[in-house]
Amino acid sequence: MSANTATAPAKALPPRVALRTWVAIALFAGFALVPVLAGLIDDPFLLVTATRIVVFAIAAMALDLILGYGAMVSFGHAAYLGIGAYAVAILSAYGITDLGLHLLAAVMVSAVFAAITGGISLRTRGVYFIMITLAFGQMAYFFFVSLSAFGGDDGMTLGRRSTVFGQPLLEDNLVLFYVALGFLVALYAFSAALVRSRFGRVLTGTRENRIRMQAIGFAPFPYQLTAFVISGCMTSVAGVLLANQSEFVSPAFMNWHRSGELIVMVVLGGIGNLTGAIGGAMIALLLEDWLSLLTRHWRLFFGLFLVLVVLYAPGGVTGLIRRIRGGPP
Amino acid sequence: MSDPLLSVRHLCKAYGALKVTDDLSLDVATGELHAIIGPNGAGKTTLISQLSGQLRPDSGRIDYGGRDITRLKMHERVRHGMARSFQITSILPGFTVLENVAMAVQARSGSSFRFFGAAARERVLNDAAMDALAEVGLDDRAHRIAGPMSHGEHRQLEIAVALATKPRLLLLDEPLAGTGGEEAENLVALFRKLKARTTLVLIEHDMQVVFALADRISVLVYGRIVASGTPDEIRSDPAVREAYLGEETT
Ligand SMILES: Nc1ncnc2c1ncn2[C@@H]1O[C@H](COP(=O)(O)OP(=O)(O)OP(=O)(O)O)[C@@H](O)[C@H]1O
Ligand SMILES: [Mg+2]
Repeated sequence: MSANTATAPAKALPPRVALRTWVAIALFAGFALVPVLAGLIDDPFLLVTATRIVVFAIAAMALDLILGYGAMVSFGHAAYLGIGAYAVAILSAYGITDLGLHLLAAVMVSAVFAAITGGISLRTRGVYFIMITLAFGQMAYFFFVSLSAFGGDDGMTLGRRSTVFGQPLLEDNLVLFYVALGFLVALYAFSAALVRSRFGRVLTGTRENRIRMQAIGFAPFPYQLTAFVISGCMTSVAGVLLANQSEFVSPAFMNWHRSGELIVMVVLGGIGNLTGAIGGAMIALLLEDWLSLLTRHWRLFFGLFLVLVVLYAPGGVTGLIRRIRGGPP
Repeated sequence: MSDPLLSVRHLCKAYGALKVTDDLSLDVATGELHAIIGPNGAGKTTLISQLSGQLRPDSGRIDYGGRDITRLKMHERVRHGMARSFQITSILPGFTVLENVAMAVQARSGSSFRFFGAAARERVLNDAAMDALAEVGLDDRAHRIAGPMSHGEHRQLEIAVALATKPRLLLLDEPLAGTGGEEAENLVALFRKLKARTTLVLIEHDMQVVFALADRISVLVYGRIVASGTPDEIRSDPAVREAYLGEETT
């Protein structure tokens, strides 16, 4: 048609999609080798750190699903970590120790909590959405603070970790690590399929331009709410694993600092990028560990680092990689 | 005259003291191209927004296909075959041109509550989207990211997206604004072709285009229809000449 607009050669699919997936696979392979490395340098604490990273990677990925792909900035997502953790603690206290049942309870309670709070929060947008999710998160926090039977403010130590088929398999840190990694890989595959599906496209389309989506016949609400619920459920899986890793649960798992940390992980990784969220969780936790060794005022430096990222690498690490490779920022 | 496809009765919309739509009544017959002209700020876009369901009128009634749709939301009206283009381009900037249009196809083809299977690979969606792109002449740029494209290309994309919803009634808000030369000619040719298969409401400032294409023209001034008729009737209407055409055409 119009000959004056020189056309770039049409590419069927942007190559970025493939690169992301390869980076994720490389990350997973790297994680899988951590126990070997820990054995070599004889540092058992490395495995603990790696388990925490994997667990928070699940939560960050879940948050990115709605924050990055759906432009829903939930500032109360730690509530789902807490629900997952308390599912372990409360059921165990009643003698139900099976991991499958812990997961089932965590996911079901989270689904209900997300459906109700999401249904209300999604009536607002922008800053109001952030504030209302924060409020619901704090409500969950104070609910668990007031649960004196389960330690109240102080939380409670778990007698033992969840069992699998009646066996105390997770007591072994190595098994727990690989179980967590298995969940990360499976949920990554699930999320990656989701964002490319019809459903995912409606979600990203709504992020891009809500009015346009309505003008072609979509009502955004049911899609956004479904994504919100899926994200909450995924985060609660991370909560179940977190309780097992720390053998301790407390309302502190779900206060708003935690929710903020999850957002930080997503931003560090580059929003709207599942692989990035995993990387973001890794960077945030490693940096936190490292800085807290160096100085008591590590939060200050962490904050400074964040400011620098947002100013100079707004796409997070993934944006940086893309820029180095010469793609669009 | 057969039953109108669209019938607007006593529609009112005010912003504070400003009556942007002032007791407006209008009929659009099935199959016609109905142009709405009027000076800047007359309330044309506001009218389209109320017809499409983006804005709720303060009072009045809109019937479409013999059914009261005054309270239907925008996305519900689209499901009944109403589509609009925006005066100010409204696209999905991070999506490719093809994805922009395929999204509109997806909206009317099966459920979008599907969580697996790459939507970008669905032939049914892409093929229908390519057809719509071919009609506006954008098929050769289907894989470009839409956001950074030229203004004229955005205008073409707007039309392609609207077409992809397979509308029975197409509301076009200044589709030619900002397009030039060949692009504009192509779009005008396309509208002429579309007349054969859909009902069109066209808002346009280019009087040559309006008088060449329209079956009927309504003149909107300060939220009121001051005249409505065939192009010949409008051209010879003294009130219209005075109120509007006088300055614009000479
Ligand atoms: N949201 C709003 N709030 C207040 N006033 C508004 C709003 N939207 C439109 N108006 C006013 O209503 C009047 C009609 O606006 P509208 O956009 O419908 O005009 P138009 O006929 O489409 O004009 P143009 O030819 O410039 O596109 C204008 O005076 C405008 O300033
Ligand atoms: Mg206008």
